[in-house]
Amino acid sequence: MTGISSKGTGAIVADMAAEIVANKAYLSEIDGKIGDGDHGVNMAKGFGRAAERLKGEETLDEAMQILSDVLMSEIGGSMGPLYGMMFSDMADALSARPVIDEAAFARMLRAGLDGVQDIGSAKVGDKTLLDCLVPAVEAFEAAVASNKGFAEGLGTMKAAAAVGRDSTIDLVARVGRSSRLGERSRGVLDAGATSCCMILTSLADGIAKRLN
Amino acid sequence: MQRFFNNPDDIVDETVAGFVKAHRDLVRIDPSNPRVVVARNAPVKGKVGIVTGGGSGHEPAFIGYAGRNMVDAVAVGELFSSPTAKSFLDAIRAADGGAGVAVLYGNYAGDNMNVKMARKMAARDGIDVATVVANDDVCSAPLAEREKRRGVAGEIFMWKIGGAKAAEGASLDEVIATAQKAIDGCRSVGVGLGPCTLPAVGHPNFQIEPGRMEVGIGHHGEPGTRLEILKSANEVADDMVRIVLDDHDLPAGREVAVLVSGLGATPINELYVLYDRIESQIVARGLTVHRAYVGNYFTSLEMVGATLTVLALDGDLKRLLDVETACAGF
Repeated sequence: MTGISSKGTGAIVADMAAEIVANKAYLSEIDGKIGDGDHGVNMAKGFGRAAERLKGEETLDEAMQILSDVLMSEIGGSMGPLYGMMFSDMADALSARPVIDEAAFARMLRAGLDGVQDIGSAKVGDKTLLDCLVPAVEAFEAAVASNKGFAEGLGTMKAAAAVGRDSTIDLVARVGRSSRLGERSRGVLDAGATSCCMILTSLADGIAKRLN
Repeated sequence: MQRFFNNPDDIVDETVAGFVKAHRDLVRIDPSNPRVVVARNAPVKGKVGIVTGGGSGHEPAFIGYAGRNMVDAVAVGELFSSPTAKSFLDAIRAADGGAGVAVLYGNYAGDNMNVKMARKMAARDGIDVATVVANDDVCSAPLAEREKRRGVAGEIFMWKIGGAKAAEGASLDEVIATAQKAIDGCRSVGVGLGPCTLPAVGHPNFQIEPGRMEVGIGHHGEPGTRLEILKSANEVADDMVRIVLDDHDLPAGREVAVLVSGLGATPINELYVLYDRIESQIVARGLTVHRAYVGNYFTSLEMVGATLTVLALDGDLKRLLDVETACAGF
């Protein structure tokens, strides 16, 4: 097992927030094709506010809890509770451990996925963030199970997240507002899967940088 | 379209602030949460609390239905976006008079999740919460999958009747059963003639070409079942009545309540033009109109269009619908 000290890892959440804020217009644009076009606005508001509240000394789980609190108490919509539960359950799984190794990271990912599935009703293939999250989590778990190492596991997870995100282009939405479009929802990316891919990529890059 | 706003991020807070100032005799802002609007007389000790909530941009829904014998507390979301679980929880707390709280809301993914979470949190406070999920929008799913349908203007009848039942001193179970019966008796349809724009987004979130109309449109511009050439008001009214009543097999002689709401940018007089034909078509089907409501009751920002809701009444629902109410929306 290899791992990183959790000290100062809250900065990963700050970088993640910067990525979301930088993609505010893009996320709204893709949401606007089959949704009401406010995904980027709401995500940037939530992640941006959370970043303002980070002091820079938090551990990853502390920073995720701050992010979760903002999403759940100030953002609402569908993304507030979904990402709010994901980060809250991820934070609980890490629960102040001094070192984050691949086993802890795998538990964290699985807990986040369980949190999303507990509050939402979507399945893989419904054109939601789960189409990115599920294959990414499974790819990381498989890498750990076959002793690929933390860094390689993160790379595998990123690749699976991107493939999962892109898989939503050919899907018809079956959950959420875009599901009302039926066939007309085919042919464009799902905004939730796209933001989820950004979140997982930021997480992977933040950890990988510290592994080196 | 030109519009009145300051910073788009402040629109909801400014809407709520203005609403509460204008209707201070009816409502107040919850001191613990600026996104919760509470009826002046709430909570009423020993009465089942009535809560609703939803995204903003539908005014007078949802805040306009807070008042006496109606909704006790309303959770307010961003434009077209569900309120937070925290706001639903604070609304539940504000409405709780010790006899339990009925959350009567519409079938949308975000609202379902946030109410579910709020209900769990309220249970920790020892507040008994039960829900009714409105699903009156006929074109949003086939009858066999009615649980998938969206909630639209039929929610107003659900609140009115549920609120009146609670005011009579009924138990939580009785209030829920009655509110469920009210929404089960509702069928709605929307026809859109023009789109709407979220100010923070800045461009319409869908398009309706000139000379066309979207039959079965949702309250946020969700596409309808048919995109058609715009017809005369009478033909549109006939279509709306047909969609609503064909979904709801009502025996001749049944009394109904009818609600025609504008979607925001349609002149009120056009709603009366529609209603003129709608009522005669309903009567032609052997039904009797007990009460009609025509106006902007449940809007969608500046969407052009109208919705029709027909509620099938029985003695109990008729009596509760007629209970006097004090709220800004009626």
